[in-house]
Amino acid sequence: MRRARPDAATAVLVTLAIGGAAFFVLPLFALIVRAPWSTAIGELSAPGVAGALRLSLVCSIAAAALSALLGVPLAWVYARVPFPGKTVVRALTTLPMVLPPVVGGIALLVAFGRRGVFGEALDAVGVRLPFTTAAVIVAETFVAMPFLVISVEAAFRSMDRRYEDAARTLGASRGHVLRTVTLPLVAPALGAGLVLAWARALGEFGATITFAGNFPGTTQTMPLAAYLALETNIDTAVLLGLALLAVSLVVLIALRDRFLSLA
Amino acid sequence: MRISAVVLIASLVAAACGGTTVSGKLTLFLAASLTDSFNALSAEFTKQNPGLTVTPNYAGSGALVTQIVSGADADIFASADEANMQKLVDAKLNGSDPKVFANNRLQIAVQAGNPKKITQLADLARSDVIVVIGAPSVPIGTYAQQAFDKAGIKVTPKSLETDVKQVVAKVALGEADAGIVYSTDVKAGGAKIQGVDIPDPLNVIAKYPIALVKGTKNEMAAKAFIDFVVSARGREILSSFGFILP
Repeated sequence: MRRARPDAATAVLVTLAIGGAAFFVLPLFALIVRAPWSTAIGELSAPGVAGALRLSLVCSIAAAALSALLGVPLAWVYARVPFPGKTVVRALTTLPMVLPPVVGGIALLVAFGRRGVFGEALDAVGVRLPFTTAAVIVAETFVAMPFLVISVEAAFRSMDRRYEDAARTLGASRGHVLRTVTLPLVAPALGAGLVLAWARALGEFGATITFAGNFPGTTQTMPLAAYLALETNIDTAVLLGLALLAVSLVVLIALRDRFLSLA
Repeated sequence: MRISAVVLIASLVAAACGGTTVSGKLTLFLAASLTDSFNALSAEFTKQNPGLTVTPNYAGSGALVTQIVSGADADIFASADEANMQKLVDAKLNGSDPKVFANNRLQIAVQAGNPKKITQLADLARSDVIVVIGAPSVPIGTYAQQAFDKAGIKVTPKSLETDVKQVVAKVALGEADAGIVYSTDVKAGGAKIQGVDIPDPLNVIAKYPIALVKGTKNEMAAKAFIDFVVSARGREILSSFGFILP
């Protein structure tokens, strides 16, 4: 009886785990089953598709890079610098993780839109974000950066600071320590954060369509193209979904061993 | 006097239905441009039938018909064009013959005060005017393109929105200078926008068909609702929102 117990527990866990895996695998399997393979090449070589895929890749990579540029310093400040109101500021900058992306898009629009709170000043100096590719990158960065910040902040917190102290004692400058000790130590977390942020940016829909609009070639990314295709031709929508899925899957598998498992 | 007339009509309708009211639930899949008028129609219909709960789902007609064909539980479908209704018929999912219950005209929506001085369709081809229209998959996008073709102009929109209300929103927010919408949307759009008329020869008349969805679980209530939409009172409400009656 005592011996059977862990087996029963294992059985329950494994059953639930199979259910958990099936929950993700079944819808993706359905996409593959439903895909109109015979016309796939024709549908996917339609003029808009390559443009949407290219735009998706360019914008999501740019958003991930921008997230790293601004997010790593932010994570460092959160982990190392005490300041009043940090809890509130930190909550505000991670809010996009739980905020519906459409709400993020509305917020961006009323902030940086042509008649927005800050947009009018931008407009005065000739910067117009809405309906531009730059707006897509801004919208994607808005929803993606928190994932990178959280990942990197945890690494800054958990790293052994004695390495930095030792380097400082040995006479290294702050900049030198940052380059040769601190950043290499958080690199795995930064890699994981970059992948998460990139993946989130690639799938971004709500903030993009609200803030950047939808126009083939400038702002119509793959998720937007798939959504619009759904209104006319579900076959095209399924194929676009599969194409996006294939790209994401290849990248995630390729990067998994390098970054995600180390984080 | 007016109220008693309404009561009279309502009681006549009730009498015509054998004095019985309908109850249960109704899910309506409705073109986005019907938002305000069908909120009013539903409110009045549920007042006459207190046991009935009406849930409207407003979106682009193309998205709606795709959802129904994919198995969404709808009792009634009303489209902003005949093409998307035809998709329902082609899928053999209409529970009644589609009936055109309203027509709509196109208008150019501009910001209140018309800061860009837009007076005609040709102004939308100006390089200093930011234009937003519907995507080709939604009726208002197709109609807008037809109007541009009739006017013989080439317009490069900045965005193709997923339904007409999004076009209105982009103009109301000031992100776009002009958009092609239905005249009813300008009327419903509030103080931030105003409409510029498009003359008849260049205009396109949108036809709105309505039909039961096959397999409706509440056919009696769904039929009664469509009867109400095409009744004298239903027409009065639609007309008050700016629709043209067939």
